[in-house]
Amino acid sequence: MKQPPQKKDGPPVASSVAASERGVDRPVEKERKKDLPPPRMQFDDESRVDKAKRRSLLNQPEARNRVELFRHLPPHKNGSQLPYLESKFFELHEMHPSVYKVGLQYLTGDTSGGNARCIAMLQAFQEAIRDYSTPPEKTLNRDLTSKIGGFVSFLIECRPLSMSMGNAIRFLKSRIARLPLTLSESEAKAALCSDIDRFINEKIVLADKVILRHAATKIRDGDVLLTYGSSCVVEMILLYAHEIGKQFRVVVVDSRPMLEGQKQLRRLVAKGLSCTYTQLNAISYVMHEVTRVFLGASSIFSNGTVYSRVGTASVAMVAHAFHVPVLVCCEAYKFHERVQLDSICFNELGDPDAVSKVPGREDVNYLDNLTDKQKENLQLLNLKYDATPSDYISVIVTDYGMIPPTSVPVIVREYRKEYLLI
Amino acid sequence: MPDTQALVNDFISKLKKRKIEGSQATAKQTAELLRSVISQTRVPYTNQAAALIQSVKAVGERLIAANPVELAVGNVVRRVLHIIREEDLSLTTAAMAGLNLSAVSDDEDDADRDNQPVLSAAAIAAASRSTLRPPSLQTLLEDVPDSAAIPHTSSSGGDSEGKSKSADKSSRSRKLKHDVIEAVNELIQDISTCHEQIAEQAVEHIHQNEVILTLGSSRTVLEFLCAAKEKKRSFRVFVSEGAPRYQGHLLAKELVTRGLQTTLITDSAVFAMISRVNMVIVGAHAVMANGGVIAPVGVNMVALAAQKHAVPFVVLAGSHKLCPLYPHHPEVLLNELRSPSELLDFGEFSDCLDFGSGIGAPLLHVVNPTFDYVQPKLVSLFITDTGGHNPSYIGEMYRLFVVSARGEGMNFKSEIMRTNCIAEGNFFGKLEDRKSRFL
Repeated sequence: MKQPPQKKDGPPVASSVAASERGVDRPVEKERKKDLPPPRMQFDDESRVDKAKRRSLLNQPEARNRVELFRHLPPHKNGSQLPYLESKFFELHEMHPSVYKVGLQYLTGDTSGGNARCIAMLQAFQEAIRDYSTPPEKTLNRDLTSKIGGFVSFLIECRPLSMSMGNAIRFLKSRIARLPLTLSESEAKAALCSDIDRFINEKIVLADKVILRHAATKIRDGDVLLTYGSSCVVEMILLYAHEIGKQFRVVVVDSRPMLEGQKQLRRLVAKGLSCTYTQLNAISYVMHEVTRVFLGASSIFSNGTVYSRVGTASVAMVAHAFHVPVLVCCEAYKFHERVQLDSICFNELGDPDAVSKVPGREDVNYLDNLTDKQKENLQLLNLKYDATPSDYISVIVTDYGMIPPTSVPVIVREYRKEYLLI
Repeated sequence: MPDTQALVNDFISKLKKRKIEGSQATAKQTAELLRSVISQTRVPYTNQAAALIQSVKAVGERLIAANPVELAVGNVVRRVLHIIREEDLSLTTAAMAGLNLSAVSDDEDDADRDNQPVLSAAAIAAASRSTLRPPSLQTLLEDVPDSAAIPHTSSSGGDSEGKSKSADKSSRSRKLKHDVIEAVNELIQDISTCHEQIAEQAVEHIHQNEVILTLGSSRTVLEFLCAAKEKKRSFRVFVSEGAPRYQGHLLAKELVTRGLQTTLITDSAVFAMISRVNMVIVGAHAVMANGGVIAPVGVNMVALAAQKHAVPFVVLAGSHKLCPLYPHHPEVLLNELRSPSELLDFGEFSDCLDFGSGIGAPLLHVVNPTFDYVQPKLVSLFITDTGGHNPSYIGEMYRLFVVSARGEGMNFKSEIMRTNCIAEGNFFGKLEDRKSRFL
């Protein structure tokens, strides 16, 4: 029984090529070792950072004043790289234009959110596969896998991968590896494209529909529902429940610096839901009248920890203190076998300047014009994600049903193999 | 009187328009205003304490009504009333001691008064004793003010003694006012120097290589941290920015100017960072009698996170912030909502605030509270200018400041309202007062 390589995408190109060449026929003893997720790239390791820089396409200046605690994470990639990258558009022959486009969208923040990023990436890969042709004296499996590896490392440079993207890439690589060698090139390409379509359809689109159905049963008339930031699944749930005629109010809680809640607020009010808008600090004030909290997630780890937008942990904690049930809505393809205890071991750093500047409020510009001596002592921290402990979560709504946080490793174990075998 | 009226009206309008920032400034200005009220009050020869109390109460009620959320005003008014009572008490005890009178029982006293209505010493003694004795149920039920007893005795004294008595009493009245104003000056001094006194205790609580988290900006916290820095303790500070006022930016700027390693984080990152923090230090707007804290919005979230990670949560509060009230629904009753424009730009969201749709009310409602309530069980320690205290002790502390030996002072309206309550049979509102009085 061939065991597909269980590789998490993070490390640079060289090791991914090596892994795929170590390949498919693997002695059984090594299976269990390979089941452990390989350690992620640690950015405080000088030698590896230098290697990565040499291979990198982006010209990243050394970020000043990095917070000590987060030295192991890659610094934020500035949107100011955009003109430089655009100028190199015609020079990068090995990069497919649709992948390039998706990378630029990540860099500027136009595409954000786990599902959106994953779908954009998979569709770009579909295009790339359609345009692909096997060079002579190479097999489709290995060459295509290395090409995909190249695309992935470019995307990582634009913005670190989300968990959903990582799982999708693993799926794709396993599909490529399992292609029977008897297929012709066009048949193989068609099979892969249809696999990608099926993945998107089953794991995201249909999964969302099932989640909607389950979650809407938990909304009663007269409820006050609280949501944080902007999660596409939660927004769908609210709109669906409104359509089927339930009477409820929504509280949208927002936080700096991304202020994602404002966009969601606009969409909800446009559809006729009655909303209250507030910012994260006021959560103790509004929680008195809230009956349910709906949160989205970027990923859920095997110890039940929910990895989601920074601030979600605070919302869940305050809800727990006020005895309000917290429902996390997440498709099963986002589950991951890693475990994480706090938000520091693994996270994503955002633009530090976004913390010091408050757009639209000229009266709050205390941190402009700092002297050098002042700047030396001041560090700015902009985290993108945080880890919510499982005891704050009441139930997780997935396409496999409504499960408690303790059942996540079961889903990972039982159903992970299932989709790899389709 | 006209000058003080103008001053009082001016101050009240400033309070109503929320022009005065910060409880320390408010407390100081209230104390100064009451000082000028006291110095302008004309006191009668007899029972001047009651007259002073009356005038201070009248002004105090108006001040509190102007801004009920600013609890420092009420606190200062109560402390001034306490000062008046205490000074009166000390003067009468001095007078008694000076006349070498021993304690006489009530019956004898009445008999004395009837038989020898003349001795000025005895009259003074009687007057002293009535100030020293707690008000009897008789006087409460019949709504007879305490002071009523005294004019009786003094009027029952003959006119021949009037001059000597009035001489005594006028010197006493001048002395009382003088003492009271001196004590109020001390109070103002205390309020002004509360930061230094709290900062002196910084070295005991901050050691080397600590990581401290704070939210928003509080002058007390700034002085506290700088005092520790002066003593060459090296530590790092995480400052949470405190949207939507962003006072955290100000504090961060101040701290880096004084050479402290500071990291500015967003409020959403507090839970993520708190596992690496040794201590949380915040300032307060007011401290309630049960040890609960009225603090800038967001502090409750920090307190809950600190409890979860077993991080000590320290609140710094000057003694002018201690309030005798028990909080009931404090997030609503002791809160103020600020303008929504701090959260949403009116121009951008004008289409959502459309009154013309559907039921004629806008679908969008924006909430921007100023204060948060933190329960006493979440607070590890209060540091005030008198030292460190447990939340359960902080209510006791207030009593030391304000409540006289007779048990008055918890609510300065209580002497008047208590009678009404008993008469109406309505015990509910004053239950806490009665409880505290008979403790």
